[in-house]
Amino acid sequence: MTTSAPPVGLPATQTIAVTAAATKKKLTSPWASLFAILIAILWTIPTFGLLVTSFRKPIDITRSGWWTGFGGPWTIENYKTVLNTNQGGATFKDFFVNTIVITLPAVIIPLTVGALAAYAFAWIEFRGRAFLFVCVFALQIVPIQVTMIPLLQLYVKAGLAGTFWTVWLSHSIFALPLCIFILHNFISQVPRELVEAARVDGANHVRLFLSVMLPLLRPALVAFGIFQFLWVWNDLLVALVFAGGSPDILPLTVALANLAGTRGTAWYLLAPGAFIAIAVPVILFISLQRFFVRGLLAGSVKG
Amino acid sequence: MSYVDKFGQMFFAIGLFVVIVALVLLAVGRIGGFRGDRIVGRTFVAPTLIMLAIGLIYPAVLTIFQSFKDASGNSFVGLANFKFIFTDSDELITLRNTAIWTLLTPFVATFIGLIYAVLIDRARIESYAKALIFLPMAISFVGASVIWKFVYDYRPPGAHQIGLLNQILVWLGFAPQQWLLNDPLNTLFLIVVMIWIQSGFAMTLLSAAIKNIPEDMIEAARLDGVYGIRMFRYITIPSIRPTLVVVLTTISITTLKVFDIVRTMTGGSFNTSVIANDFYSQSFRAGNQGLGAALAVLLFVLVIPIVVYNVRQMRASA
Repeated sequence: MTTSAPPVGLPATQTIAVTAAATKKKLTSPWASLFAILIAILWTIPTFGLLVTSFRKPIDITRSGWWTGFGGPWTIENYKTVLNTNQGGATFKDFFVNTIVITLPAVIIPLTVGALAAYAFAWIEFRGRAFLFVCVFALQIVPIQVTMIPLLQLYVKAGLAGTFWTVWLSHSIFALPLCIFILHNFISQVPRELVEAARVDGANHVRLFLSVMLPLLRPALVAFGIFQFLWVWNDLLVALVFAGGSPDILPLTVALANLAGTRGTAWYLLAPGAFIAIAVPVILFISLQRFFVRGLLAGSVKG
Repeated sequence: MSYVDKFGQMFFAIGLFVVIVALVLLAVGRIGGFRGDRIVGRTFVAPTLIMLAIGLIYPAVLTIFQSFKDASGNSFVGLANFKFIFTDSDELITLRNTAIWTLLTPFVATFIGLIYAVLIDRARIESYAKALIFLPMAISFVGASVIWKFVYDYRPPGAHQIGLLNQILVWLGFAPQQWLLNDPLNTLFLIVVMIWIQSGFAMTLLSAAIKNIPEDMIEAARLDGVYGIRMFRYITIPSIRPTLVVVLTTISITTLKVFDIVRTMTGGSFNTSVIANDFYSQSFRAGNQGLGAALAVLLFVLVIPIVVYNVRQMRASA
């Protein structure tokens, strides 16, 4: 999380902690605590219910509510079924692989291309720099829907339709304005003396970029990388438009949405399917919570 | 395609772009000093500008033209597509739903996020309590939709309910409801999913803002005998006002473009469609390019004022 509880242990901070506790007592009544607990429960139950369901036998799922199923019997058969049987052209195992294959280049391409541009916008003097940067910044405003029909036609003309390139390029292009904006914010705060000292030592822009800026940029690269990873992994619209027709490349989100549309009551497939799709981001969330929050907040206006 | 093929393509794509960047660096690597700056600068931004020009600017301009053309994109029809959006009865329902989504979601999500942030502030289990509410942000809209579809699941009266919401109704002695079928309440049940996702975002930002309120300000207020609700009203809210505005506008931008939830839960049927969903249906299902383009342009026009306001607020609060 972005902030932490006040530190305790030192005498000076202890007083703060004590007054904080006093404030707390005044601020929160038992009703308030009850309300907080209620929200927490409400927020968890839907996910929990589907998780329990995914481990119940198909026949039990249709016969009784999940809240009656804690006694078991438990099974992982549903996961095996959805991973290994054909669901609209391929198996969920294939869709999982497709999601990985889509996501990694769609994160790395905008980061490499964007870092180069962000550096140039921040530290190289050339004519039109300010104007071009404002243009790139302003492009964040364009909703991706506005580009989709012509972009699809371009891909068909270029012979890329039905390949991973459509999704990689689309995600990379849509990510660039925000990526450059975030990296530029960060890179322009590097002290001028540092850059000038390196240049006096004879470093040109290439060396400056590689050996001074890239290491300093690491936190920003990680933050945007995580945000873009989640964005691409969880995306439905881009994948549906550009990869929706080809089971060979379509990702988990599209497969899951299709399954919900065609077999909306097959909960023994939908429940494990949903958890296969959300497992990676959730694990990422639990293990990298701080970076995750930072990344998500950094890019919250995208789209 | 085999897995080996797929991963091979993946590494090729990554490699290709790394090589392009390496070539750019190599090409200008020899140019030293301050004189070559113009060349180096332009080369560094060239890949970005090419990608944005082809992939964003050109398509956006073309879409604006398309929005004045007919379904097949061949002849100009003037403002007919826009006139259709604002007169056709189905389109009006789409507009009504979009308005409900965009007005309701930001305020309810922000309200819940704010209350929760205040209540758990400095609690011993604060970080766990936060993680619980924030977790839905990690889940895709599609995943969230499936999770909630299960909550809303309907079985006829007398049968065993497997959806929690209907079971609660039955326990209380009411008849089970088709939550997602009955217009206009079904839109509200879809919006619940979005609120479920966005409250964590609001809570995280607002919690950080609350912690930034100077301690002596709270102390001074307390010496004046300000506690509880009045503290919240006269100290907390005014202090976090800039963040509140950013949160509200950010959520409304996201909500305006909502597509996945509607697509996954109802497909836009039963009068639940919104602009972004109708854009997809018209462009890629019904084959009505002109109307699809017009809907995309409408989305663009609606989003501009909120984004501009949002950026200005962010600048002001930074």
